[in-house]
This record gives sequence, structure tokens and C-alpha cells, in this order.
Amino acid sequence: MYREYGTVLAFILLGAILLMVALWLQKLLAPSHPSKLKQSTYECGEEPEGSAWVQFNIRFYVIALIFLIFDVEVVFLFPWAVVFKDLGLLALVEMGIFLVILFVGLAYVWRKGDLDWVKLRVKFARGRYHRIAENNAKHKV
Amino acid sequence: MTITWLIEWVNDSWLGFLGLPGAFILAVIIAGLAIFGLVAVHAIVAVYVERKVAAFMQDRIGPMGQGPGLHAGKWGLLQTVADALKLLVKEDIIPAAADRKLFVLAPFILFLGAFIAFVALPFSESLVLADFNVGLFYILAVSSFGVIGLILAGWASNNKWSLYGAMRSAAQIISYEIPAAISLIAVILLVGSLNMQAITSAQSGTVWGILPNWFVFQNPFTFMAFFIYFIAGIAETNRTPFDIPEAESELVAGFHTEYSGMRWAFFFLSEYANMFIVCGVAVVVFLGGWQSPIPGLMTGRIWGLFWFMGKVVFLVLIMMWIRWTFPRLRVDQLMNVSWKVLLPLAFFNLFGAGIWSLWLD
Repeated sequence: MYREYGTVLAFILLGAILLMVALWLQKLLAPSHPSKLKQSTYECGEEPEGSAWVQFNIRFYVIALIFLIFDVEVVFLFPWAVVFKDLGLLALVEMGIFLVILFVGLAYVWRKGDLDWVKLRVKFARGRYHRIAENNAKHKV
Repeated sequence: MTITWLIEWVNDSWLGFLGLPGAFILAVIIAGLAIFGLVAVHAIVAVYVERKVAAFMQDRIGPMGQGPGLHAGKWGLLQTVADALKLLVKEDIIPAAADRKLFVLAPFILFLGAFIAFVALPFSESLVLADFNVGLFYILAVSSFGVIGLILAGWASNNKWSLYGAMRSAAQIISYEIPAAISLIAVILLVGSLNMQAITSAQSGTVWGILPNWFVFQNPFTFMAFFIYFIAGIAETNRTPFDIPEAESELVAGFHTEYSGMRWAFFFLSEYANMFIVCGVAVVVFLGGWQSPIPGLMTGRIWGLFWFMGKVVFLVLIMMWIRWTFPRLRVDQLMNVSWKVLLPLAFFNLFGAGIWSLWLD
């Protein structure tokens, strides 16, 4: 038991050492003439405009939240699956109830449009995509 | 278990004076170098094969090694070896605007996440480095570790393309992780164990007297689970048609835009290692692992290794076939496939498998 996890620990160290050896070899063999232009950030050949560390679209956060909920549920499912055969029908029914509750959540998120990449179905703060669409309709673009 | 066997072997040889800790370290180094060799050789061969497959599918001839200078062998066989050497002598550039520490750390995390997953893969009856009782769970947990490295790489580069690529990539990988895990649970229901060898052993014999008793053929629900897992697996390895994170035409090179030389090579290496792991898990869980397709024919240690590797290579080739057949999905389509198609499908599949296993007993 401990030997298995010891192996994993040793593999982590070994993998890190292998990568370091490769980087060290590159340091020995490869030329190194850093210059300001070479070290500038790539932006299609233009001068980079500002930093990339900006506020990001909220949709990634929503997806992370949904993922978190379902991932926790998957963690619950693993031990349940292992003992499923011993518990039989009771386990199936109980997990069924649990999953139905979660599925109501998924249906809610789906209906609210949070699973859509571009969220158009919103009640308040309709967002810029909607405004663009409305403007386009108004000015007949 | 191979590590125990290696320790005994070291202790019995003239290196016996090392004692248990020394023998353990030596055994791990031997096994680790073997795995690293497998990863590197697999990447080199797979890149060559991929280029050739792509070329043949598009009516070209692919790398032939006819250029001046380094001659890349007959039919370009040494093309990827030459590429690897080129990467080794390339200048290592870290952008001045990047977060240096995280930039250096990212390849380590991504590569280690893929590297240590190999520990639990059963290559044959007796060839598994660490035979965990939670083997499958371990592989899933460890291989999802790479997302952190990916996000780090994108963030640390301080490049808009990198950040976009990393965010999309992370969103994609975490979205597809759930259908993949749930489709695997459908099989665990039937086996009642997370041990990789136990899952393999549950697939010996035949169904209906003709087909091998693999989980793809055992019942309709595990049959469907295989396809759900494989599609999600392709998405998790960021390959076409799910290669939005590195969509060349939109995002330059995605999260590794700013990386060059060996650091880039390790990103590439871990991508191919991830392919191997996804296919390896699919083989163990659905395709009978190291078992022969015709029960009783060509069994044993060496043949076990042969069958396992053969099945993995077969699935890798299918991945390549898919890559060069389908166009890339759009981001919103990608999310739809995961959350609105694969996830409900995987859930109903899980229930079906549960009812099937109760009904049969």
C-alpha cells in the first residue's frame, strides 16, 4: 500500500529531474542571445498593446461552478459504484433520488441559458450582444 | 507488481548491499526511465505516423527527407528525431513581460500530470508499476492535474492568445471530464472494483460464444459508455475536432504560443502522453486490457504486453483518423456537445447499466 504511493512520489521527483536534465542540456547546447525585441510578447508582429492580465468573461466562471458541482457528485458516485452490487436496488433508488435533484439543477441552468456560450436569454442587464442585436434591428443594418 | 519484482531482483544481484531503500530507488529509476522512454518513443513515432497519415489522407506523400543538410532517412523516417534534436538546440526564450516563475513551473506540472499516470496502467498480467486498489480513480485524478499547468502557462505568458487558449482549454477539459468519468462509472458498477487488474480480469471469456467478453460487447449500456468515453477523451486531449484551444487560425498556438525549445517539447510530449493514457484507460476498461481478442490464443506475459500496446496503438490511429476527417467545432457547439448531449446521455447510460446489472443478477 505505502510502497505504491511511494512509487508515485518517487516518479514525481524523477519526472521533475528528467525535465530539468533536458532543460540543462538545452542550456549547454543552444545559443542564448536575448534581446529586447526577441523577448517582447508576441502579438502578430505588432507592438503588444497593454497587459494580457485583464478581467475575463464571466462565462468561464459559470462553467467552473457547474463543473465543481458535478465533479463533487462524481466523487460521490465512485464509492457508490464500487459497493453497488452488495447494496442492490436500494442503492439504485437512493442514488436515483440524488441524481434527480441534481438534474433539476442542470435543467434550471439549461433553461436559464447559462449553458449557452453566448447568453441571450436574460431578464435584466441584457448584455452587449443583445444591445447590438437591438441596434441592428432599429437601424436596419 | 513490477516495482516489488525489481526490488527483489536488485537485492538478489551484486547490488544487494544497497538494502531496501537503495534497491527501491534503483528500481524506481529503472522503471521511470523505461516509462520515459516509452513516452518519448511513442511521441516520436506517433508524430511521424500522424504526419504520414495526414499526408496520405490528403493525397500527399508527407515527410520524405529530401532536403539539404541533415538527411532524414528513407521515407523521412528520421524526420521527428531530427525535429527533436532541433528543439534541443533551439534558443530558450522567456518573454520579458511574462511571470518568470510560473512560466518555468507550468511545463513541469503539465508533464508530471501525464507522466505519473503511467504508474497505474497495467501493461500486462504482471507488468504494472503500482497496482492501486483505486487505480482508475487515481488515473482520472492525476490526469486532470494537467489543467492547472495549462492555465498557469496561459496566464504566465502574459500574452492575449495564450490566455484565451488556456481559458478555453480549461473550460473544455473540465466540461468533458464529467461525461468521461460517468461513463467509466457504468463499468465500475458491473465490476465492483476500481483496481485496473480486477477490471481487466472481469473481461475474460466470451459473450455469445464468438465475441471476447470485453465491456464494449457485454451489454448495450457499456457499449454506449465506450463511445461517450472516447469522444470525451478526444476532447480532453485537445485534439481535432475539439482543438479549439490551439486553433491555429484563431489563436496562433493557444496556451503555448510563447514557449519554445525544450519547454515547448515537453508540452508536446505531455499531449502525446495524454493520448496514450486516454487510449490506455479505454483499452483497460472497455477493450479487455492485455487480454487476447481470441480467448486462449497467444496469452502470457509477453503477449499480454503485445495485446495491450496493440490495442492502444489501434485507438491512437483511430484518433488520428478522426483528426483528419472532421472539421473543428465552434466554441459554443463544443460546450453544447458536452453539457447538453454527452452529460445527459452518460447519466441515462449509468442508470441503464445499474438496472441491467440488477436485472441480470
